[in-house]
Amino acid sequence: MAVTAEEQLATAVATQTSPAPAPESSQETDLNRLVIVCYSGDLEKTWATMILASTAGAMGIKTTVFVTFWGLQTFVRDKKRITGDNWMQKMLAFMQRPGVDNRKLSKMNFMGMGPWMMGQLAKRYNVSKPRELLEMAQALGVEFIPCQMTMDMFGLKREDLIDGMGEPAGAATALAEMTAPHARTLFI
Amino acid sequence: MNNLEIAQRVDARGKSCPMPIVMTAQAIKTIQPGQLLEVVATDPGSVKDFEAWAATTGNALIESDATNGQYRFVLRRK
Repeated sequence: MAVTAEEQLATAVATQTSPAPAPESSQETDLNRLVIVCYSGDLEKTWATMILASTAGAMGIKTTVFVTFWGLQTFVRDKKRITGDNWMQKMLAFMQRPGVDNRKLSKMNFMGMGPWMMGQLAKRYNVSKPRELLEMAQALGVEFIPCQMTMDMFGLKREDLIDGMGEPAGAATALAEMTAPHARTLFI
Repeated sequence: MNNLEIAQRVDARGKSCPMPIVMTAQAIKTIQPGQLLEVVATDPGSVKDFEAWAATTGNALIESDATNGQYRFVLRRK
């Protein structure tokens, strides 16, 4: 590769400062961009991520959710119980049930009693659960990008993740989006 | 204002935040620019949310009224 570091930097800067591509439909506003870093795998934080991601999608805000560390567990297929190549990765997978429906509360979890009650309350008050909001967000064009480093460390492959995930990427991709004009970032 | 022709209706009654907005965003894609979308909801937060959604997306909120705990919004697609 004959590309120098300077050339690469110039390309990166050009990508950042060039105007956003023309929106596909008139419903999209190119002035607004939202980046959510989905770091936590806790139920309450996952819920917040999904509410904001789906609403941002509905508001025509170009939204990218970078999924990293414990947050990645939310996007691992529910049926996929043991993932990874070595005993540590396998044990990590065994110790925590993946999937958007199996999140635990950071407090008052009470062996699953807390999340169950949250589910009952959500049903009674017609609050959409994270799964429904996630599907809505995806349908509204929100992009979910898994963190390549977390995938490597936890031994997760692309086929271990749910459908509709974007191309795995790293911190530079996330930072390039976060520092784009009109971008706002949430770390959840 | 019943003389306005509604091209599409959304029933978001009983749904809580953010579903009325999410349903509206999906429904407005099914109508043409200039056409009207009517939404009925029961979430009291939707009054402010529809103003915010209209301001951000550029679709016009041309009617917003409340009767008997029910909220009605008419939007014109941008």
